[in-house]
Amino acid sequence: MSEKYPELRANVIAILRGIAPEVEADDLRDDRPLRQQVDLDSMDWLNFLIGISEQLKVSIPEADYGRLVTLGNLLDYLRAKLG
Amino acid sequence: MFDFTLPSLGADMDEGKLIEWKVKPGDTVRKGQVVAIVDTSKAAVDVEIWQDGVVHELLVEPGERIPVGTVLATLLEPGEKPPPEGAASAGERAGKLTPAAAPGASEAARQRISPAARRRAEALGVDIARLMGSGPGGAVTLADVEAAAQPGASKSAETVPVAHPEADRNAEMRRAIAAAMSRSKREIPHYYLVETIPMARAQRWLAQVNEGRPITGRLLMAVLQLKAVAAALAQYPEMNGFFRDGRFESVPAAHIGVAISLRQGGLIAPALHDVGSKPLDQLMRELADLVKRTRAGSLRSSEMSDPTITVTNLGEQGVESVMGVIYPPQVALVGFGRIMERPWVEDGTLVVTPTVVASLAADHRVSDGHRGALFLAELRECLQRPEEL
Repeated sequence: MSEKYPELRANVIAILRGIAPEVEADDLRDDRPLRQQVDLDSMDWLNFLIGISEQLKVSIPEADYGRLVTLGNLLDYLRAKLG
Repeated sequence: MFDFTLPSLGADMDEGKLIEWKVKPGDTVRKGQVVAIVDTSKAAVDVEIWQDGVVHELLVEPGERIPVGTVLATLLEPGEKPPPEGAASAGERAGKLTPAAAPGASEAARQRISPAARRRAEALGVDIARLMGSGPGGAVTLADVEAAAQPGASKSAETVPVAHPEADRNAEMRRAIAAAMSRSKREIPHYYLVETIPMARAQRWLAQVNEGRPITGRLLMAVLQLKAVAAALAQYPEMNGFFRDGRFESVPAAHIGVAISLRQGGLIAPALHDVGSKPLDQLMRELADLVKRTRAGSLRSSEMSDPTITVTNLGEQGVESVMGVIYPPQVALVGFGRIMERPWVEDGTLVVTPTVVASLAADHRVSDGHRGALFLAELRECLQRPEEL
């Protein structure tokens, strides 16, 4: 499967690894729910999104959380936000 | 003068290894100050002192394994004068382990041994002069004497194996959890109750609160649930406290042990202190800090020893409900499953609404199912009035 936005993907995975150090970038599938692939509780998930919003300078309203299920969803969302 | 002993750091912690002292003789310490770091099977713990004082003497050296209750140091009360030189101190009662003040040749040759070990050696007929002590400075410990008295034992305490390499941490934690949980299942007559709680109001309220906030200031539902448990405990104090020495001690404040999974396996449930009296924003900050420090292995002794009840939120991992095992000496555990949409009847109409299955595991020595049911009903009601939490 071709990976979306390699640079953005690498940044997002680096932030994710700050929370879940065991994650291997190559093992993550963009089309499957992220929280089924990585053991993230709601505190981890919040910290992940805080990391993204701070490092990539995007605001992520809570109302949007529901759309951010897969890594692909997240990358599309961030791509659109970053313009 | 008072003794500073190694406090119990939870049911699955009966010994530790002193990593380092954060104070030295002569230092003034305040209640709650971290004075030592002790490694346990689960984590390195910052051990706090429980009253003000001045450090008089440190009795244990870094690297030593020590059971709970061991006198680690002696302290003077604020304003107390140190005892005159040569007076018997608690340190000597416990086996003075600091080097002698003037170690001349004869001093160095003198065998260091605690009075308890000396008495035991006499009783067992062990020649202490032939023992190599395993304590600091070569001091002979009670264990050395007992090992030497074993038939066929080497007279050298140096052959006593020092186990617990770091690589065994996971296995050690698993053993510790198994021991505590086995004790729980052996001693505590558990009963279990479940209640499905509608969560639409709580979710709506939380979404409104979070809407106007930057991401760093948002609240998690987990915090609302913890606060609701504390509010319900205020009405049902028989779920909150310790069962020790054959009787229940109720604790006025809800120090909720929050079950936090460790990424390398295992879990710790350190206390979020006095949940009932704190606003949600403060609880959110403290919970975030507690999770971070738990994962980093930087907990305080009070957080290990204070939990009066445990809350586990295994719903985060997707399960519908969880029936917990009570963590002794606590008497109850509340479990939350996943918040999910379910069919629900409200005012005679079938609707689809978010609900959560809350469970209570409680100790029949202290409470009955009737009270437990009322507690869960109160928890349900608290979650219908999130604005009051």
